[in-house]
Amino acid sequence: MSPTKSLVTLSHVAVRLGGRQVLHDVDFQIERGEIVTVVGPNGSGKSTLLRVVIGAQGTATGTVARVPGLRIGYVPQKLHVDPTLPLTVRRFLDLPARIPDALAREALDQAGAGALGGQQMADLSGGQFQRVLLARAILSRPDLLILDEPTQGLDQPGSAAFYRRIAEVRAELGCAVLMVSHELHVVMAASDRVICLNGHVCCAGAPEHVASAPEYRALFGTGTQGALALYRHEHAHGHDHDHDHPHSHEAAE
Amino acid sequence: MTDLLDDFLIRATLAGIGVALAAAPLGCFIVWRRMAYFGDATAHAAILGVALALAFNLSIMLGTLVMALAMALAVSGLSGRGRAMDTMLGVLSHSALAAGLVAVSLLQGVRLDLSAYLFGDILAVGRSDLAVIWGGAALVIGLIWARWSALLTATLSEDLATAAGIDPRREQLILTLALAIVVAVAIKVVGVLLIAALLIIPAAAARNFARTPEAMALIAAGFGAVAALGGMAVAWNFDTPAGPSIVCVAAVIFAASTLSGLARRAS
Repeated sequence: MSPTKSLVTLSHVAVRLGGRQVLHDVDFQIERGEIVTVVGPNGSGKSTLLRVVIGAQGTATGTVARVPGLRIGYVPQKLHVDPTLPLTVRRFLDLPARIPDALAREALDQAGAGALGGQQMADLSGGQFQRVLLARAILSRPDLLILDEPTQGLDQPGSAAFYRRIAEVRAELGCAVLMVSHELHVVMAASDRVICLNGHVCCAGAPEHVASAPEYRALFGTGTQGALALYRHEHAHGHDHDHDHPHSHEAAE
Repeated sequence: MTDLLDDFLIRATLAGIGVALAAAPLGCFIVWRRMAYFGDATAHAAILGVALALAFNLSIMLGTLVMALAMALAVSGLSGRGRAMDTMLGVLSHSALAAGLVAVSLLQGVRLDLSAYLFGDILAVGRSDLAVIWGGAALVIGLIWARWSALLTATLSEDLATAAGIDPRREQLILTLALAIVVAVAIKVVGVLLIAALLIIPAAAARNFARTPEAMALIAAGFGAVAALGGMAVAWNFDTPAGPSIVCVAAVIFAASTLSGLARRAS
């Protein structure tokens, strides 16, 4: 875990927006290939943290180090395409650099948006739009894929399918994934590491560790125990269990 | 060709087409980024540049370029700070126009046809004017051509651009610079009051017929050139002022485009 090997390392980062301290004392790093999810209440600085990582938000104090040549694929929370801007999905994939048709088709297929190339961006449904954003983000073969509440506005099956898609993309590209999500049950099932944020990092670690942390329970209550237990029940073989979780199996049954 | 350029009508038409071609792609960005008022403020500041040029014996072109650039930079500087931009631009735009008119009137001993700067004086375009207009137009088209993809990405989303290694502030600066150049070369053709019209109307008219950003810019350039030609014809046949006539033809094209768009959607 030396700082030079991590894709991105934040040390003692603080961010002020309009005189308000949004983030403080944030220490955080992301390693190659891991899926890290940031959870936290509204206004806890989740989106700001992602913007610091991509370099769109400056810091008041602290340092942000990225490995040289880091390629980032970014799926923003919202992308407003002005109605005056004509833009086909295929043309959108060509931003900022033109790409061959074959590559574009492959990315669209990978993101589950295979048939959408000729459509206007403005005519897409919410789910289609998110898949197209994902397709564009993975085009550059990123080392780090960053998603800001990617399933906002999707229904339950749609969002579950989207997260499965992200796991597939990670498996195919071997990229790290950093995302913000509100859907705690999915987060717990899909992440290698969870960061609970509320202006600072309240707690961080493996999902089961975070879910049992008092700081996490203070923010989210214990309501997610059931979903978490389900996760553990299904995935128990692949993970170390160095904590004692008395409720897990009962809750799953 | 030199004989041809001796004809003031040919020179005027070429000047109009040159400005229209440069204004079209820039106008698309102004429409996409909702900067219409921004264009207005920059153009209005140019009249202050005219006063400056006359006071210090500079070329009108240089004076307008400097003032337009100063205004454009001031506005982009303010826009990042979350003020009520709409109000701010309204204040700046009209204050600059008023201050420019007052400043020009204060200049002693200058015999000045103010309406030439407000509405353009395209029939007075000389050979050197024509060279400057086409030079400026080529510069603007080249600048936008070279940065096209980066400009488009930054227009779509600043964060998306940043993540892809593009600095959105730099792209904004390039648009600002291009706008100041267009204002400086267009002042002779349509005057400060109507420059924004030449930027926005052809681009808005092109929207209905375009499926990609590139197509929209090309169609806008076509519409702009037709408006310049048509406006000159109207001005010649009906003895109307040339600049406003060009804008009127552009407005007619916009109306026709909007109607055909509505008709297509209804069918």
